Amino acid sequence: MQTTTVFLILTALCVVSFITGRKRSQIVAMQQGGLSTLHSLPNHYGYMAAVWAALPALLVLILWTGFEGSVLHKLVVAQLPPAVQALPAEELGLYYNQVQGFARGAIDSVQLDEAQVKAAAFYRETASTFSQVKAALVFIVAVLGALLALRRITPVLRARNHVEKIFEWVLFGCSFLAVLTTLGIVLSVLFEAIRFFNVIPLTDFLFGLQWSPQMAIRANQVAASGSFGFVPLLVGTLLISAVALLIAVPVGLMSAIYLSEYASRRFRAVTKPVLEILAGVPTVVYGFFAALTVAPFIRGLGESMGLDVASESAMAAGLVMGIMIIPFVMSLSDDIINAVPVSLREASLGMGATMNETIRRVVLPAALPGIVGGVLLAASRAIGETMIVVMAAGLSAKLTINPLEAVTTITVQIVTLLVGDQEFDNPKTLAAFALGLVLFFVTLLLNVVALYVVRKYREQYE
Amino acid sequence: MSATTAVNENTRSMMERNVSMDKTSALEMERQADMEAYKTIGSPLVKDAKMSARNVNVFYGDKQAILDVSLDIGRNEVLAMIGPSGCGKSTFLRTLNRMNDIIPICRVQGDITLDGEDIYKSNQDTVMLRARVGMVFQKPNPFPKSIYENVAYGPRIHGLAHSKAEMDEIVENSLRRASLFDEVKDQLDKPGTGLSGGQQQRLCIARAIAVSPEVILMDEPCSALDPIATARIEELIDDLKEKYTIAIVTHSMQQAARVSQRTAYFHLGKLIEVGSTKDIFTIPQHQLTENYITGRFG
Repeated sequence: MQTTTVFLILTALCVVSFITGRKRSQIVAMQQGGLSTLHSLPNHYGYMAAVWAALPALLVLILWTGFEGSVLHKLVVAQLPPAVQALPAEELGLYYNQVQGFARGAIDSVQLDEAQVKAAAFYRETASTFSQVKAALVFIVAVLGALLALRRITPVLRARNHVEKIFEWVLFGCSFLAVLTTLGIVLSVLFEAIRFFNVIPLTDFLFGLQWSPQMAIRANQVAASGSFGFVPLLVGTLLISAVALLIAVPVGLMSAIYLSEYASRRFRAVTKPVLEILAGVPTVVYGFFAALTVAPFIRGLGESMGLDVASESAMAAGLVMGIMIIPFVMSLSDDIINAVPVSLREASLGMGATMNETIRRVVLPAALPGIVGGVLLAASRAIGETMIVVMAAGLSAKLTINPLEAVTTITVQIVTLLVGDQEFDNPKTLAAFALGLVLFFVTLLLNVVALYVVRKYREQYE
Repeated sequence: MSATTAVNENTRSMMERNVSMDKTSALEMERQADMEAYKTIGSPLVKDAKMSARNVNVFYGDKQAILDVSLDIGRNEVLAMIGPSGCGKSTFLRTLNRMNDIIPICRVQGDITLDGEDIYKSNQDTVMLRARVGMVFQKPNPFPKSIYENVAYGPRIHGLAHSKAEMDEIVENSLRRASLFDEVKDQLDKPGTGLSGGQQQRLCIARAIAVSPEVILMDEPCSALDPIATARIEELIDDLKEKYTIAIVTHSMQQAARVSQRTAYFHLGKLIEVGSTKDIFTIPQHQLTENYITGRFG
């Protein structure tokens, strides 16, 4: 039986137990002398019965689905001729995949030997038994759970508190899942990165000044060994981010000051959403804007001044990325400036300070830690931004701090390393994971610092 | 600032013109009817006034907060303004140094003069006005800076000190006059926000007098303080009147009686009665005043 069908039937069972639970609580209450003798509302008893039906059954379902594959694998392999069983792990895996593929009808029988066809038949048989047993087990557990809950329904049962508790656990489960997923991503990146560092020494990666990730596919190939020095990528990333922040911070901060201090309410009501639309433009749109409009423009401008500008300059990518994070900086700064108490502004204005003096000497110093936090968050966005730089920045990993030259960034390299055919035992592909890990740590560090600064600031006024 | 002020100025005078042209509007007629209905009892005007307000009306949007108030503040006197919440006394106080300008929907009509000069004239520099007419607020609001920097703030933006020594002198004198110096002289570099509530309010007074204003407006300066801190501020107000002219809004009738020479009683935006503090508290003329000071409402 299909898992979807199992789910549907389980849902139906839940509904039935809900209705029965509610009904039963009412019946029990009537015997005792009215609904008011119940500790909880009838609905609570219904919910409790439904949860008792669903949760254990779901647990069984999840566990079964989790272990089904490996158990099936073991059983099928045990059926195979001893010669096949003695094969090395990789070849056995390939062999088994073919069996599985044939059993599911994905592979033609022409490619297979007789033992495989036999194994496939066995596989198909076992799998269908498994799914029937699974469905039966799930239903039995569900019905047992529901019956147990229904038996426990008495007027003194605190169903309401039970439901409350279960709900708390469900919420906890969801947040735990989010954390678990993050952890899973980090670990998978970490393990691949470790495989990379087994081939390329960590010091070569961290301190190497050359980045050319070509690896020989055949032993006697020309340009056999690539070099995996990550410094040019880091410098390129920081260069583009610096250009972006140089654009975004002054413009964002000053528009925030204008909006929160000077602008009339109507102007603010129109302008703020419009600026926030900027944040909603897909980055790929910014990307081709950068590549097709801004980069040639900068190049032309540079040439007219006698400068040598690359057609894919760090300047173009940084500029457009800066425009992209303006709303981010503005929105954060605006919130923080608005959080500065009005009484401080009044105190300053009441002493004969102008608006400008008040902002510079009172409002901004008071808001500064928060603004710094906002800028750091913006920086971590700039560093992680991919699409704009893929389209507008170059691919050549040049170690330079001249924004008019083409540079490449960590994210661009990750994309290029993983585009096309990959071999996952080749350092060229694995390098992407190492880069991802580094990127993760850099943005994590920035975020931690930013959150620390922001929190410290919050304590001041609350 | 100056550009913004000019814009505010223009819109304000335009609005005034609109209202005066639109004399037939229902609102205006109602207001006039209301105005005729009352006349301030007592002696709102004094000879040789430091500040004087004539026929002042204040609006927040369509709502009128002050109705035709005329009131003088004499030189070196403490004028107390009392009345139930929402009677317009704080609004009136804020018109005296144009703090209402920061509120976009607020309009002020009528004449207010400082030493005979109209402070709402179109070329009035609000910055200079507020340097001459200082303000102390209801809640102590020191800047999140050091005690020294709090007091030095005003002199610095107005360029009153030309050397570090001069600035030190101004800071010390202001703190002394606010009777705070002895308590904080060893911790001038500590943040002003770390002081107790009463000390913070005296710091705010020191900050206000550091720019040598002529008039100090106080908006319920003791409402957030305990009785002991209140007593110290009241003593301080008594000392300060030797040098400054003071207008104080208060909810405490005892406070008004203790610190002021004249008292004005506001009710629903109207100035009901003004007189010497002694008269107001012993022989109030108007029924509303009597009700208020005897505690029948408010």
